[in-house]
Amino acid sequence: MSDVTFHNALKKDQLDEDEAIQVIIEGKEVAIINLGGEFFAMDDICSHAYASMADGYLEGECLECPLHGAQFNVKTGKAETPPATVDLETYEIKIEGDDIFVGLPNG
Amino acid sequence: MVSEPTFVVIGAGQAGGWTAKTLRDEGFDGRIILIGDENFPPYERPPLSKEVLLGEAEKESCLLWPAETLDEANIEMRLGVRVKKITPNAHELTLEGGEKVQWDKLMIATGGRPTTLPVEGADLAGVFTLRTVEDAEAIRTQITPDATVLVIGAGWIGLEVAAAARKQGAPTIVVELADRVCARALTPDMSQWVHELHVRNGVDIRYGMSLNHFNGNGRLQHAVMSDGSTIACDVAIVGIGLTPNVELAADAGLDTDNGIVVDERSRTSHPDIYAAGDNASHPNSLLGRRLRLESWENAQNQAICAAKAMLGGRDTYAEIPWFWSDQYGTNIQMMGLPEDWNEIAVRGDRDAGEFVEFYLRDGKLEGAAAINNPRDLRFTRRMMMSGKIFNASELADPDVKLQKLLKS
Repeated sequence: MSDVTFHNALKKDQLDEDEAIQVIIEGKEVAIINLGGEFFAMDDICSHAYASMADGYLEGECLECPLHGAQFNVKTGKAETPPATVDLETYEIKIEGDDIFVGLPNG
Repeated sequence: MVSEPTFVVIGAGQAGGWTAKTLRDEGFDGRIILIGDENFPPYERPPLSKEVLLGEAEKESCLLWPAETLDEANIEMRLGVRVKKITPNAHELTLEGGEKVQWDKLMIATGGRPTTLPVEGADLAGVFTLRTVEDAEAIRTQITPDATVLVIGAGWIGLEVAAAARKQGAPTIVVELADRVCARALTPDMSQWVHELHVRNGVDIRYGMSLNHFNGNGRLQHAVMSDGSTIACDVAIVGIGLTPNVELAADAGLDTDNGIVVDERSRTSHPDIYAAGDNASHPNSLLGRRLRLESWENAQNQAICAAKAMLGGRDTYAEIPWFWSDQYGTNIQMMGLPEDWNEIAVRGDRDAGEFVEFYLRDGKLEGAAAINNPRDLRFTRRMMMSGKIFNASELADPDVKLQKLLKS
């Protein structure tokens, strides 16, 4: 049994380039980001205050929280600017045809 | 013996906290002493007039960092301690009680205090200002459905207190000297929108009124207005602005002028003394003028830049001011300080309560205000920084993405 289960989360054409969207997988809020045609996934709730990161805009490789402007690198989840100091979890992405799968850890 | 380099920060709020933390994060390995007159570790104040006042969040939720973060950073905290005097040429300060503390570099992040009204009865039980965790907790216990709440001043603090009071079911009256809410920060039609929000939620707002005095028998009973009218109330919150705490700096001979005068790296008129946050007046190259900002973001980012400058960094600080408020679950945000605009583009639906207003001068974006649209509002900063000329009808078209307008 693998440690990660991939969940069919979104169609590619549902997410334009340089946009992010929130999906709920197994009750968990995940942001899927289309960075220049490449897809990434990370926790959608900002580690500083309750806000959906997918509501924010991309700034380079970072997604900016719409509430207080904390930026997280979408590839690593690293909290790059204050007020956030805690990184966000990132998740593996698998593309099959038009479908985007997000790998969530089991358990 | 050469003693260990010591940087002292006076003031343990948002600006002081971020100064101390950044000094350590940037590799300073000397002593960092953080002195605060409140008995609470560094915290942010926006929740005080919102979640904390409503009892929806505990005061601990306002802390900037958990205690272990400050421990690990080895920041020496001196809380509940006031500084009496700074002696710049001796690189020394004196605490109340007489203890002297030496410093190599000093940050004055003393913020501000609520402006008070020098009127009779201002010291009655039931009359409050709101700045600290203690203030918020004291006011929270007084706001009940059977207590009539009077708010003096329809600025941000006053309006947030009014919203909290209504949410607790208290009859609420707001009196304001000007003829509209937040007249310094909002355009007239945004003031009108916010006015209607409060009226819909049952607030009685009265304009063109000022307070003459409070009366009561040990405890507040009435506010007597300058036109002679009387308002019966159980609780009054005075929210008429902030007075910057500049006395320590002024007494030490530092330049002050509506705040402690600093340069673009937060350095005061003394080369080893810095100031940042609500009490500092800085030259802002983006706005082309000197100003003092009372905002959460300014306190954080100016302090971070200042801490780097204290360590020899060359970054300069200038940002387009950004501010937010939450009232009745409605999020209100502003970008920039639009003063001189000749066109407004409204994007979204005013009546549905989700829109952005862009303020343009000859197509140049001077600022924006948003109701329940933080996403587009934050993007406005990038649009303003670009210096581009925008077309008002495109800005007003929700089908045209703002990113596209910035790129085109």
